[in-house]
Amino acid sequence: MVLPLPLTRSKPTAESPVEFMARSHRLRWYELLPWVVAAGAFLVYPSYLALGAQVMIMVLFALSLDLIMGYAGIVTLGHAAFFGVGAYTAGLLAVHGWGEPISALFVSAAVAGVVGAISGYIVLRTTGLTLLMLTLAVVSMLNEAANKAGSITGGADGLQGITLQPLLGLFRFDLYGRVAYIYCALVLFAVWLLVRLLVHSPFGRSLTGVRENLVRMHAIGAPVHRRMVTAYAIGAALAGIAGALQAQTTQFVALNVMSFDLSGAVLIMLILGGVGRLYGAFLGAPLYMVAQDMLSRLDPVYWFFWIGLLLVMVVMFARGGVLGVGDVIWHRLKK
Amino acid sequence: MTSLLETRQLSKSFGALVVTSDVDFRLETGARHALIGPNGAGKTTLINLITGRLQPSRGNILIAGEDVTSTSQAARVKRGLGRTFQINMLFRELTVLENVVMTVSEHRGRAGDMFRYAFSRRDIVAEAYELLERLRLGEDALRKVREIAYGRQRLVEIAIALALKPKVLLLDEPAAGVPSAESQLILDVMAELPPDIAVLIIEHDMDLVMRFAQRITVLVQGAVLTEGTPAEVMADPRVREVYLGEHHHG
Repeated sequence: MVLPLPLTRSKPTAESPVEFMARSHRLRWYELLPWVVAAGAFLVYPSYLALGAQVMIMVLFALSLDLIMGYAGIVTLGHAAFFGVGAYTAGLLAVHGWGEPISALFVSAAVAGVVGAISGYIVLRTTGLTLLMLTLAVVSMLNEAANKAGSITGGADGLQGITLQPLLGLFRFDLYGRVAYIYCALVLFAVWLLVRLLVHSPFGRSLTGVRENLVRMHAIGAPVHRRMVTAYAIGAALAGIAGALQAQTTQFVALNVMSFDLSGAVLIMLILGGVGRLYGAFLGAPLYMVAQDMLSRLDPVYWFFWIGLLLVMVVMFARGGVLGVGDVIWHRLKK
Repeated sequence: MTSLLETRQLSKSFGALVVTSDVDFRLETGARHALIGPNGAGKTTLINLITGRLQPSRGNILIAGEDVTSTSQAARVKRGLGRTFQINMLFRELTVLENVVMTVSEHRGRAGDMFRYAFSRRDIVAEAYELLERLRLGEDALRKVREIAYGRQRLVEIAIALALKPKVLLLDEPAAGVPSAESQLILDVMAELPPDIAVLIIEHDMDLVMRFAQRITVLVQGAVLTEGTPAEVMADPRVREVYLGEHHHG
């Protein structure tokens, strides 16, 4: 695998494996590409910045899922639960006078993380189909709770009246979405740095171990359940940040932020981009959103059919997603 | 003297099927002990009970005198229990070095670290690499496990178990399925195991058992048939009858 970091060496060299491994986490040039694209898009497409911010929020959301599913191997249909918790937390804070956006992000992350830790502690005692159903149950229960608590959340009408203070007390959120775009880009950058560090840390490697061989992880004395719950809670907190960004940048929270549909959509985004590769989210989310935009214009009624067909094609012919196809091409070129 | 590993009346049943029956067993420091028996005798089940993969129906397991019967697998590993598997249980998509680095990190209690890169800990990577070199796996260190020969994968199993610095090492058919040319390498590695650890080996290759073990326990239908030195066990007519398939007359 080329991305994200090469840890194998096909040809022997004088360098000892210890030194080779020690520098394996160095930043590669291609890891900067998403940020070059984000900066370029800001300059080239000034009228699409609001859409750009939404794309970055979905990238962040998919990245949080990649930590859980791609690295720890926990398949979930309920990841939108944490996106929704983050969105409602940020929205309710703003509605009740806490309009400072950055601190609200931290609070949203903490609340979503706690919900993730509690639900993860319970659902991660199961595996396979039972786990899938339980994660689905969590998102459905929270969705219904938000619906019933209409006096607090706005219910089916959505949460309105979100007012934010200027970012850092200086930059007011503008109609063109410039501040929102930069805000989302900076938050995504910080989260990417964190996740990159996490997945290459001993903790992250042990998550890969859990995904690769659970029996072996038990046999080397790893506290498997605790590691999985920790990863689940961190992924939930990051999804909460994505949800909070959504609430802050759109100044509205609809019930569908906490839905099975959104859980499914983010799963499709990640599969399209490539699971367990850190950068699958950066490709899958924009690809999904562009495809959704184009297909819904071409075929307003049955556009989701085409998304489904795209997913079937990827699963059957490009199992590693876009990055997987890139890998195959890269290896063929090298030969 | 306190044994490094002891089982007391260890039993396991699956419904009406008794797979382990009142097994009393001891391993002392430096022991080289083999567990033999025909297929289905319950050898691997016994290993799984000792390591905590299975919970016994009755009886106790003690490591260095401490009762660990109700503790988790992880807790038993921390008390010094290491094992290999009959069928490879490796991280096949990771490199050989990564497999061992992950184990060393776990043993040192560093595997939960989140805020530094895994391979920036040169001391951990160096320890893992030294172990691989000792086991003649140095040249495979940066190759993915699935890319190396099966016999060498068996050595990676042993490397992972040794990376835990076990007091008691359980080797479940370490040479199973290995071509004879490579099984000598496994025997060499086993001969060089630290002298202070107790080793229990399950093996069908009697030649290997005879060369390695100082004592042998014979397990039949989940119960201990006999125990003794290799010469004593081989001279026992019940063993020849039950294990080697020879009928004893007289």
